[in-house]
Amino acid sequence: MKTRIGFFDFTGCEGCQLTVLNLEQELLELLELVEIVAFREVMSEPSGALDIAFVEGSICRREDRERLRSIRRRSAVLVALGACADNGGVNALGSDRGPELLRQQVYASDLAQLQTDPPQPLSAVVPVDYRVPGCPIDGPEFLAILQALLLKRQPALPDFAVCVECKLAEYPCRFDHGEICLGPVTRAGCRAICIDGGDRCRGCRGLIESPRTTPYHRILEEHGLSVDDILDQYRTFNLGEAKP
Amino acid sequence: MKIELNHITRIEGHAHLVIDRKQGVLKDCRLEIVEAPRFFEAMLKGRHFSDVAPIVARVCGVCSISHTLASLMATEQALGVEPNARDRLLRRLLSYGEIIQSHLLQLYFMAVPDYLGIPSIFQLLDSRRELVARALRLKRTANRICELIGGRPVHPVTARIGGFSVLPDAGDLKQLRQQLVAALPDLEATVELFAGFAFPEFSRASEYLCLSDPGRYPLHSDRFHSSHGFNAPVSDYRRHCREYLTAHSTAKFARTERGSYTVGALARLKNSFPRLSPMARKVAAVLAIDAQTSNPYHSLKARLVEVIHYVEEAIHGIDELLLHGLNGPLSRRMPSGGGRGTAAVEAPRGLLFHSYSYDRNGLLESADCVIPTAQNLASIETDLAAILPTLLDLPDRELRRRLEMLIRAYDPCLSCSTHLLEIDLV
Repeated sequence: MKTRIGFFDFTGCEGCQLTVLNLEQELLELLELVEIVAFREVMSEPSGALDIAFVEGSICRREDRERLRSIRRRSAVLVALGACADNGGVNALGSDRGPELLRQQVYASDLAQLQTDPPQPLSAVVPVDYRVPGCPIDGPEFLAILQALLLKRQPALPDFAVCVECKLAEYPCRFDHGEICLGPVTRAGCRAICIDGGDRCRGCRGLIESPRTTPYHRILEEHGLSVDDILDQYRTFNLGEAKP
Repeated sequence: MKIELNHITRIEGHAHLVIDRKQGVLKDCRLEIVEAPRFFEAMLKGRHFSDVAPIVARVCGVCSISHTLASLMATEQALGVEPNARDRLLRRLLSYGEIIQSHLLQLYFMAVPDYLGIPSIFQLLDSRRELVARALRLKRTANRICELIGGRPVHPVTARIGGFSVLPDAGDLKQLRQQLVAALPDLEATVELFAGFAFPEFSRASEYLCLSDPGRYPLHSDRFHSSHGFNAPVSDYRRHCREYLTAHSTAKFARTERGSYTVGALARLKNSFPRLSPMARKVAAVLAIDAQTSNPYHSLKARLVEVIHYVEEAIHGIDELLLHGLNGPLSRRMPSGGGRGTAAVEAPRGLLFHSYSYDRNGLLESADCVIPTAQNLASIETDLAAILPTLLDLPDRELRRRLEMLIRAYDPCLSCSTHLLEIDLV
């Protein structure tokens, strides 16, 4: 019997699910191995028990928490899909200001449907088994993680920094262009795609496990950046540690 | 009785439709947008202009290229920067790629199941594998445009203030051109497929808004116009497109002084029919659609006509790039200062406005984004209310299907719509 997988989304841009649909060349083969039983963007079928649930978006309302718990209950494995689900993502950018202030600034209204809590990653609500990092996710990395799950192996993420991939590809260092790049402490796996595109790393894949054990964090210190500066840069895609 | 369609599927984002009817009389019909609000404009406050486009791209995965371009253009306007002709052409190509990609996704993944009476295109894997393979092939080619010019299809990385940080390779562009030409038979088959569908009969003339670009089918421009008269600079958008909150939606709605209005493929096609490419006009004839159409279900046909038009335009655009060469400087210099700027692009779903104000250190003071779907919401509700009385004899199941098809014909993108809204500093 085919493995039953489902895609679900909460607060986010749906770009990670779109990245899955953009795997045009692999999708037909993939569908030989799995049965997609839920994917609201492209199908209208209710679903029962699931082998794997991929969940995109962050959680910021009571009904979201309930829905996520119900997805968790009927899924053997739950995977956080993308930065919003994994670490709050760009939704958390305003977390230092609180939803009350943001709501007043944007809507100037107290309508019930506009009430939200600060956006949280899935792991704040339910146990998350695995995660696919990035904003958006990397298509080939998603396939590798799904493949490992289908083979009943532990999917593993690279535990080295984007700097490694960047240097192997011989891209010019962004610091030489006078920019702050988070490549030295951000988890690899994206093939340094932003630096290849002439941009800098903005840290969407989150920190590596122990940034100080790798040589690369020194690049940041050499350019006069403090830990606070770096964490401040990280706030674009990552929920602040000490903040609610 | 009360009909509720919860979590309408095969649209981007989350919406409910609540219909209250009593003895054949429609009491209430409202489209509830239940997607959680994200307060994007407020989150941008205080950010440096160089960070704004990469952040607002995240408003929407499906139209991240349009958000990126509208954002860059508004910032460039504020700072007095103008990209060169080559980079403007590259931006057009990037938009073509996104629109073709988005339209194909809507046509094959969201609309085909409606017209073939199946829950998902994946149901056809065994019975009509060629159709699924064709959909994927076409989508791949469209995404290739986005990858080659933008670095990746979702949240592009190469477009920056002043132009681009990296240019595509001429050899890759030649290959892309071949791919686009090779896609023509697949497009013919797509036209044949859609020409065979029975579209529901329904007609309601709306007010249609799109950009206005003399001599060209609208895409990037500093003016916009209405089927009902006005032609104005995009910086006047707030005078013509008024936003308002409703009690049942997290997205703002919008209206002109005459009421609800429509943006998107149908509006562009109706307002600019003579400026379609020759091949696109031929396809329009085959699909029986022209500037007179006022059936919102025909938005699907308009999208397909546009796919043909943009593929043809993309081929010509690549030729032009190769002819004039890809040489010349990249936009390396980061401008400084601040100011106010407003820009608009035609996103796949229609008019998209971004407007910013920066202080003299280049930090964002206020932002306003008006998104296509938000502009269409009032029009969708008006259509639903107009069509419902004609459907009341249908069995529940069929009634639901017709209404869902009507909503999906607009290809609403609700992830986008729940962050429009301005920070008012006055």
